Amino acid sequence: MKRYDAGALAVDGLDLELPRGECFGLLGPNGAGKTTTVEILEGLLDATAGDVEVLGMRWATDEHELRERLGVSLQQTHLPERLSVVEILTLFRSFFAKGKDPEDVLREVALEEKRGAWYDKLSGGQKQRLAVACALVGDPELLFLDEPTTGLDPQSRLQLWDVIETFKRGGRTVLLTTHYMEEAERLCDRVGVIDHGKLIALGSPRDLIASLGGQDVIELTLESGRPDGESVSRLASLAGVRGVRAVPNGVAIAADPLHVALPALVDHLRASGIGLERLATRHATLEDVFVSLTGRGLRD
Amino acid sequence: MTERRRSPLAELTLVRLRLFFREPSALFWTFGFPVVLSIALGVAFRSRPPEAVRIAVEAGPGAERVLAELAPAQGGDVRAIVMDAAEARRELRTGKVVLVVAPGGVRTYRYDETRPEGRLARRLVDDLLQRAEGRVDPTAIADDHVTEPGARYIDFLVPGLVGMNLMSSSMWGIGFTIVEMRTKRLVKRMLATPMRRSDFLLSFVVMRAMFVIVEVPVVFVFARLAFDVRVAGSAALLLGLSTLGALAFAGLGLLVASRAQNTQTAGGLMNLVMMPMFICSGVFFSTSNFPDFLQPYLRILPLTALNDGLRAVTSEGAGIGNATVTFALVVLCVWGLASFAAALKMFRWR
Repeated sequence: MKRYDAGALAVDGLDLELPRGECFGLLGPNGAGKTTTVEILEGLLDATAGDVEVLGMRWATDEHELRERLGVSLQQTHLPERLSVVEILTLFRSFFAKGKDPEDVLREVALEEKRGAWYDKLSGGQKQRLAVACALVGDPELLFLDEPTTGLDPQSRLQLWDVIETFKRGGRTVLLTTHYMEEAERLCDRVGVIDHGKLIALGSPRDLIASLGGQDVIELTLESGRPDGESVSRLASLAGVRGVRAVPNGVAIAADPLHVALPALVDHLRASGIGLERLATRHATLEDVFVSLTGRGLRD
Repeated sequence: MTERRRSPLAELTLVRLRLFFREPSALFWTFGFPVVLSIALGVAFRSRPPEAVRIAVEAGPGAERVLAELAPAQGGDVRAIVMDAAEARRELRTGKVVLVVAPGGVRTYRYDETRPEGRLARRLVDDLLQRAEGRVDPTAIADDHVTEPGARYIDFLVPGLVGMNLMSSSMWGIGFTIVEMRTKRLVKRMLATPMRRSDFLLSFVVMRAMFVIVEVPVVFVFARLAFDVRVAGSAALLLGLSTLGALAFAGLGLLVASRAQNTQTAGGLMNLVMMPMFICSGVFFSTSNFPDFLQPYLRILPLTALNDGLRAVTSEGAGIGNATVTFALVVLCVWGLASFAAALKMFRWR
């Protein structure tokens, strides 16, 4: 699948297959090509080359049938400000031949109390839940969510995650994009990491994290600041250490198993007289996967 | 589930109506503005008794005699003032007087021949002076002054204002709304549903047509109460013509908005389309002021056709078989269908 945008390939040769019932996450930093990919799949952009098949159909021949069976939430949609929640939902419901009762959908996204409120009176989280509700009201088999929780506070994000998980439990398929790794880890059965329009990793969150070589990460902040290359390679040769990379003010070490790596590390630091400002351990995340694949942070 | 489900077109139209009535400024521009405009113009062009013609008489020998001969008409038809030659010229140049009488030697009338007031004043003053000096008209005459309702400027103006308002409210209302929906990515969002594209566009047209039922009577009722403007023909035909006009302009509004990416572009395009019609379509003055070779082109402009049709109904009481009315109906239908079809084809959905 390809798409030319201002002379450059926005998405270059992306091969993806989604089984029904899966929640798939497309991860990547801003500008990676996530939205382009999703909008091609949604039939809102044309691919310059390649093949797209959705639910066994193609956009060129089965557009109307596909639209009946897809739910779409765009990255940013401003719904009409002076329409109430229930009016907007009823409007979207009218477009679908089959679908759910708007009142039921309101309950699913926990907006019953706001049913009569105008759109411009809703909070960011409520607006986003309404946008997802508009995607759900046609009772879709496949749901596309483009950055559904970007810019939301943690509470609103949790509420939206509940909505998506309820939809998943019905055995439906979800494709979502996000640049929040914790979101992908919680919701997605599989993720594809995308950077500069290319797919650079594909697998379940657990497998991708395991591919780092360690489930745990030790973060060190050194008194001397950033370590030189020699001390990094010496750290890498310690027992239980699977990988070392420099981060601002210190190093991050992939450790497996942690109980072997940690004592070895502390002994080494003491023996070589390296002063330690801070040491912390945490579980590895998809963020670590992205950094180890690209050498950059997700929000750099 | 007990609630009856409306069709997508009905839902879309209902949404358009709700959004309109929740926007107070849109209400004013649609219903208040034509009333305010007809008050202003009605006051400016109200029927007045004929005004005295202002003329200057150059000071010098003979000035007193001219003034004496004009005395019977002084303050009525004429207001003559004696002033020196230089001042008289200045007053003439600035239009404060329309004629200067120079009595010395051969009596000379000084005036601008291209100004109708100047020519009228010359004939009036010359008649007064010649008669005072002994001329006798061979035939006795009598004047019969009439004011025909239906022939006043306000009677001409009101149908034109209705036409103009139908045009501008359709075009601005539809054009801006669509472009705003496009910049807010709402058009794209709707496209991602099974909504039929023609339903989306039709909802705007249907809404405009529904508005006519309120918009047009407001102006005519006001004009009747305030200026005694009467509709000679059938009110139903007037509404029918107005509806067709609204549909034609709704189509044009859709067409103008079909590609525009922002409101500035749309605004510019709308002015480009509407400005010629404001001037050439007989809103404020008759199209007959334009040269003959332009007439066929002016007549097929949608606003010209609408205004001509409305005037035929209001002042002549024309029925549906009347040539002007039939022509207007056909022209408006063609504009409406053609522009809607073109808009559907050209519309930028993404």
